[in-house]
Amino acid sequence: MSLDQNDIAKLARLARINIAESDTAELSQRIGDILNMVDAMQAVDTSNVLPMANPHDAVQRLRADEVNETNQREHFQKIAPQTADGLYLVPQVIE
Amino acid sequence: MEWEVVIGLEIHVQLTTKSKIFSGSSTAFGADANTQASAVDLAMPGTLPVLNEQAVKNAILFGLAINADICRDSVFDRKNYFYPDLPKGYQTTQMDFPIVGPGIVEITLSDGSTRSIRVHHAHLEEDAGKSLHEDYQGMSGIDLNRAGTPLIEIVSEPDMRSAEEAVAYLRKIHSIVTYLGISDGDMSQGSLRCDANVSVRPKGQEEYGTRAELKNINSFRFVERAIKTEVLRQIELIEDGGKVKQETRLYDSDKNETRPMRSKEEANDYRYFPCPDLLPVHVEQSLIDDLRAGMPELPDAKRQRFEEEFGLSAYDAGLLTGERSVADYFEAVAHSAGDAKLAANWVNGELSAALNRDNLAINSSPVSAEQLGGLIQRIRDNSISGKIAKQVFDALWNKEGDSADAIIDSKGLKQVSDSGAIGAMVDEVLAANPEQVEQFKGADEGKRKKMLGFFVGQIMKASKGQANPGVINSLLNEKLGD
Repeated sequence: MSLDQNDIAKLARLARINIAESDTAELSQRIGDILNMVDAMQAVDTSNVLPMANPHDAVQRLRADEVNETNQREHFQKIAPQTADGLYLVPQVIE
Repeated sequence: MEWEVVIGLEIHVQLTTKSKIFSGSSTAFGADANTQASAVDLAMPGTLPVLNEQAVKNAILFGLAINADICRDSVFDRKNYFYPDLPKGYQTTQMDFPIVGPGIVEITLSDGSTRSIRVHHAHLEEDAGKSLHEDYQGMSGIDLNRAGTPLIEIVSEPDMRSAEEAVAYLRKIHSIVTYLGISDGDMSQGSLRCDANVSVRPKGQEEYGTRAELKNINSFRFVERAIKTEVLRQIELIEDGGKVKQETRLYDSDKNETRPMRSKEEANDYRYFPCPDLLPVHVEQSLIDDLRAGMPELPDAKRQRFEEEFGLSAYDAGLLTGERSVADYFEAVAHSAGDAKLAANWVNGELSAALNRDNLAINSSPVSAEQLGGLIQRIRDNSISGKIAKQVFDALWNKEGDSADAIIDSKGLKQVSDSGAIGAMVDEVLAANPEQVEQFKGADEGKRKKMLGFFVGQIMKASKGQANPGVINSLLNEKLGD
């Protein structure tokens, strides 16, 4: 599978990554190489193999349902670019 | 052309855990903005999620209640999208291996018929935060208190064929999760939220029509109205030669219309993949067995028991078991009153009307189950008539006394059964209405019955409603007899 420069632009948009146009040619080459490797792996017959959700042979540890976090709003909001009324402010988004 | 409506619902239910699904932050509703948002909820680098045991148990309980298979090894996935109230840039959810597999929910319609609605699956996931778009000129305010609140999303098959069925299904899910105590079910606080996939097709056609998704319709009434409105829109559109577009629409309850949400330039690609921060969740059979053993009586079983044990009609039993709080209240009244049918009449009648009038939930009823039971006891032993009982009920409602007995005493409402006292009133009324007495004596049997009512009414009035109607009737018959 290969990706053209439009595909790269679309992926970058989805991932919210800013990519210079001059880089797209090289990127499409490099990502194409990765996808070729994926193609090679996908050629293997795995119809009798359960998907592996995690490489560790372990299961999730569970936490008791207890509140053990305290209010640290001021601490966290010190590094926020903008806040008001306890809210984090971000450029307006309405979808 | 005759059209068939096809509806599937996705219901998000907030679970009543004390802490969040992946962090130890409180989930209490109504706290100051961002005071319940920890480093994990804010997606600070280096933080890791740890799954809340109670959230897992709550999801399993729901699965058991709808006879679903519980997935012994479920997996969390990342659903990737960018929105400021989702600081991680993905929602942790379940995709390929949800914890609850296919199940069945039985619904009862207003004509008494029942239908089975299939649940495709239910999965655990986290809620997002809240965005406030007003008040911050050109900026959006983000409150992450809700971020990470545990949810189960219950996805039905497209099995519903009318808005009424969709509402009945939603009510049933509400009833099940509140009976189980896994959610408070408070729709006004967003504890239960509903999206509806709605399409129409010519009756008899197998293939589904193109569906529109109605987002966030958050009351039982609006679900019904939103679906009906959307169905009409689609039918009109198709009959006018148009085509339904697959899109997400919002229901505007003020205008009673649905309209498309601003469509995105390209469809979202959520790029799901297993969450590397969370291992598969393994559930031991012993945990499932323990949870099953500790399950409360569910609405269907309770309704059947109410019919069998108390001799209630299917309709009354249905009304009483829709909400667990109502069922519990009724049982307490029935126990204290010693008469389940009278208890059912009062809970479904006078009490329910008063609660509706004052917009109160049964848990905040000013009249306790014990007080109502005490009132019914006095009806049963003929201390008061049904009419006086309503006065006593109103007095209890207005906190004019602690018990029916106290109010009956203080207001002197006890029914008079003394034939001497009632006899005097009967004589008085007969003497005051000689014309009617003459008419009565000249009338035939059929008319007499009707006319008797006039005298009973007058005597009741004279006794301020306190005379025992049985005694009045027998004295009247005696005194008017030929």
